Amino acid sequence: MHIIQCPYCGPREEVEFTYGGQAHIARPENPEALDDAQWADVLFMRDNPKGIFAERWMHAAGCRRWFNALRHTVSHQILATYRMGEAPPAPDTLEEASR
Amino acid sequence: MTGPDRLRDGGLIDRTKPVTFTWNGRVLGGYEGDTLASALLANGVHLVARSFKYRRPRGILGHGTEEPNAMVQTGDGNRTEPNPKATVVPLVEGLRAKSVNTAKGGPESDPRAGMGMLSRFMPAGFYYKMFHGSQTMWQRVWEPIIRQAAGWGTCPTEPDPDTYDHMNLHCDVLVVGGGPAGIAAAREAAKSGARVVLADEQERFGGRLLDRPRNLDGLPGHGWADREVAALAEEAEVTLLPRTTVFGYYDHNLLCALERRTDHLAEAPSHVTRQRLWHIRARRVVLATGAHERPLVFADNDRPGIMLASAVAAYVHRWAVLPGREAVVFTNNDGAWEAAHLLKKAGAPAVTIIDSRPKVSDALKRDAEQAGITVKTGHAVTGTRGGKRVTAALVQPVNADGTRVNGPAQTLACDLIATSGGWSPVVHLFSQSRGTLTYDDTWACFRPGVAVQPQASVGACNGTFGLAETLAEAAEAGVEAARAAGFETAAPAPAPSVEAPEATPPVPLWLVPADTAPGRGGKWFVDFQNDTTAADILLAVREGFESVEHVKRYTLAGFGTDQGKTANINALAILAGTLGRPIPEVGTTTFRAPYTPVTFGAMAGRNLGDRLEPQRLTNIHDRHVALRAAFEDVGQWKRPWYYPKAGEDMHAAVARECKATRDSVGVLDASTLGKIDIQGPDAAEFLNRVYTNAWTKLAVGRVRYGIMCGEDGMVFDDGTTARIDENRYLMTTTTGGAAHVMDHLEEYLQTEWPDLRVRLTSVTEQWATVAVAGPKALEVVKRVCPDDAMAPADFPFLSWKTATAAGIPARIFRISFTGELQYEINVPWHHGADLWDAVMEAGKDFDITPYGTETMHVLRAEKGFIITGQETDGTQTPFDLGMDWIVSKKKPDFIGRRSLFRPDMQRPDRKQLVGLKPEDPKVVLPEGTQIVEPGALNRPPPVPMLGFVTSSYHSPALESGFALALIAGGRDRLGETVEAALPSGPVTVRLHDPVFYDAEGARRDG
Ligand SMILES: [Zn+2]
Repeated sequence: MHIIQCPYCGPREEVEFTYGGQAHIARPENPEALDDAQWADVLFMRDNPKGIFAERWMHAAGCRRWFNALRHTVSHQILATYRMGEAPPAPDTLEEASR
Repeated sequence: MTGPDRLRDGGLIDRTKPVTFTWNGRVLGGYEGDTLASALLANGVHLVARSFKYRRPRGILGHGTEEPNAMVQTGDGNRTEPNPKATVVPLVEGLRAKSVNTAKGGPESDPRAGMGMLSRFMPAGFYYKMFHGSQTMWQRVWEPIIRQAAGWGTCPTEPDPDTYDHMNLHCDVLVVGGGPAGIAAAREAAKSGARVVLADEQERFGGRLLDRPRNLDGLPGHGWADREVAALAEEAEVTLLPRTTVFGYYDHNLLCALERRTDHLAEAPSHVTRQRLWHIRARRVVLATGAHERPLVFADNDRPGIMLASAVAAYVHRWAVLPGREAVVFTNNDGAWEAAHLLKKAGAPAVTIIDSRPKVSDALKRDAEQAGITVKTGHAVTGTRGGKRVTAALVQPVNADGTRVNGPAQTLACDLIATSGGWSPVVHLFSQSRGTLTYDDTWACFRPGVAVQPQASVGACNGTFGLAETLAEAAEAGVEAARAAGFETAAPAPAPSVEAPEATPPVPLWLVPADTAPGRGGKWFVDFQNDTTAADILLAVREGFESVEHVKRYTLAGFGTDQGKTANINALAILAGTLGRPIPEVGTTTFRAPYTPVTFGAMAGRNLGDRLEPQRLTNIHDRHVALRAAFEDVGQWKRPWYYPKAGEDMHAAVARECKATRDSVGVLDASTLGKIDIQGPDAAEFLNRVYTNAWTKLAVGRVRYGIMCGEDGMVFDDGTTARIDENRYLMTTTTGGAAHVMDHLEEYLQTEWPDLRVRLTSVTEQWATVAVAGPKALEVVKRVCPDDAMAPADFPFLSWKTATAAGIPARIFRISFTGELQYEINVPWHHGADLWDAVMEAGKDFDITPYGTETMHVLRAEKGFIITGQETDGTQTPFDLGMDWIVSKKKPDFIGRRSLFRPDMQRPDRKQLVGLKPEDPKVVLPEGTQIVEPGALNRPPPVPMLGFVTSSYHSPALESGFALALIAGGRDRLGETVEAALPSGPVTVRLHDPVFYDAEGARRDG
């Protein structure tokens, strides 16, 4: 059970949040321009890295705002959270990112 | 004195408080401070159980949570508890306990003891091998035998009368384990003013200091512990949790603990919960969980009277029990020699130390000889004799590395064998926190390596075995934990002076040799609880197993309620030895929570019965109760299902409600429908993107039906949306889908289209809704809203208006889920019941009939209206549902569009929504029934399925059963017959348009 730093409310228990999968996959401006394979890629294919993963969370039982998080998939630590539309912090600024 | 083997004095028992208890029907005595195990041993009871697989007689091996054998059943009736370990059951007045896993006569006479003779036929993987073969053998032979034999204790069959609760706790430093290390760490951390929690599984703090004679600051170990803990109790920010086992270590330093609050009391106060589950969030954690001694693995090492040396020492020193008179101490390390001295001092006439090491220190030898203890080094116990109690040890010389016997065996009569193979740090919690373990060659044990979470391990659980070293390490860790938690700290206080033997490492001896190899002659038990032997591990390797995880599952070593606390390291060392690989290379199995068993009661806490889940009730609920409605759960809502009158069953009630609504007027509480208020200059554009149809031209005052798809083009919710004002809409959703729809809309607004100026507010519980439906609906509504024009000519279908209903400001919608003339009257939530009363009063002359969700379902199905989640399961497009008309061909984009226009979505053989009408009108097909081609069931399988029934009812209007179904290519086959595959045989049904009633839609305007 994590304590997750909501960028709007501060640290809160994981049970207050819902998970939203990989971050930074924008809905295409014009889906019609994609062929079926490209569209399937957009809809279904997601990364599964061993290491730092940018993913979406929503503070469902709090402010109900979506935000992004960088989580290390080995240590399960959440290294940073940031608002929608913001760029992720650079890896070298993350605390304990090496684990 | 209670019991023949109770020593005349000494021990930490309270001799002023004798306790009477019952063991297998025998009344015995003990003292307060005893455990069930110590009291049994004081009474000379060693045989307490039969083993799981071979039914061998078993005694008490340990003196704490590591115990694998001595599981018992305590209490009676609804308070009976299966499988607590006798070594941790506090002895209280009136305790009733018995053996488990034995027949009626108790462990002394087990009619199934003959299983031992069958053991040759029950090797490792026995279950896998036997049950793989014939199903008939499994059903007729093995299952009945195993059902009777398996399992240990018996579950209570009545509800638990006790209460349990949960508690959250935040602290700066959590110290797990209240032995010398934990006490020292907590003391130092507390000095800084940090919030410190000290938890220990025992009633009394002190850990191993209680078990052996140690002196600190000139005080006996327990006295020092009492003094230090008393000082801790004085600190304002310290919480002491005795009888509390920290059993799980989760992310971000969340640890869970089970506190046993009343089991140690003969009479539990009624206001105290029996157990409490603690959720502790700590800035820093100090693990001081100690170590478990492991037994040596020699032939027939499981007889009653064979115990861990540390347990023997503790029974003598702490509980003043003499567990044997002719004792053999079999060891590979110095520490176990202390048990021999304690036995001798307590009056055991004959004590022999058998040490597998060829050489031990002169001092050790000299002290033993001076005490009158016989010593044999370079020897091993290579076998035992005895039945219900060990009677003799076979002693043989062994070579220097302990791999072979070196000479003939001598028989040494004994009634106790104390054994020690060294110590295994309790790394369970550390490992659960995903810290990695490292193998310590010197001490022959795994200890913590790299930590992942903010924590420190100190003392024996860290592989630090000396008492003085432990105290120093723990004090440092306590200071550091407080500092890291943000407190100002000073250097630790000077360590107490310590009188304790020097800790020295063992010389590993993982598998004790004998004249024969394991598998022949005796049994070398590794996991006592699962009857796993060294031969089983050897067999697993011969059969090709290499991974420690696989061998564990194949041999069952390490499973069970003790989680292999005494077995794991021996099992993997024997595996490593057999594979010829170093121990660290073979690795350990995964440690998982809980460290010790947790009751279901504690996990449930108070979340039982009415408190399991919140109930959502409409403002009109009391009226439904007064009408004796049967309720159904829709999400958390309680909705009236049907309203049975005296003598009516559900079928009769629904038929009456349907008929009344079609013939006159019915009334439904529709308050639970999800309602979302959508506001903003871009609201129309937003709706245009989330619905499949066009929304920009909907006029103020009008209402439109819409379907929402996911990006995959599949329908996920539907409902009507009304334009309230230029920039304001009211969306309705299904009752069960309301939260999902809200989430879906919010997600797109926040993440994909933050540029749209739209605000969403859930108003489900702001508006109560009463739907009035039927040919007489207008007459009723006219009386409720006398000042407003309600006739269809003035108030067209799919529009809404504000009005005054029963004097209450209202919004009225002309929408219909029944196909009848229908008005949905919305008033502020708290006026719902007033409105209901007014409608009922106004409808009296027309015999207005309340109807529930079942009638609503029948009426809408007659009209072919879908319910998302019933006609859909996330794999249907609007096309599949015959709703091509609702998918805009003009809008360049909306959610789901790109997927909907893939060629695959247009395939003519996709399952399509159709109606089904059984040839026999009395038939009502079960929902989910598979539909096949005529005659298909007479052909050999596999039978191709055409589709399945999604909704099915009896229709009073049609005087027939009817159904909705999803059938491959069904729309082109209307009028054809197919078969419904019922268990009783095929039933002929005809494909029908999904609209069964009033196809031309004449009734909706009355
Ligand atoms: Zn928040």
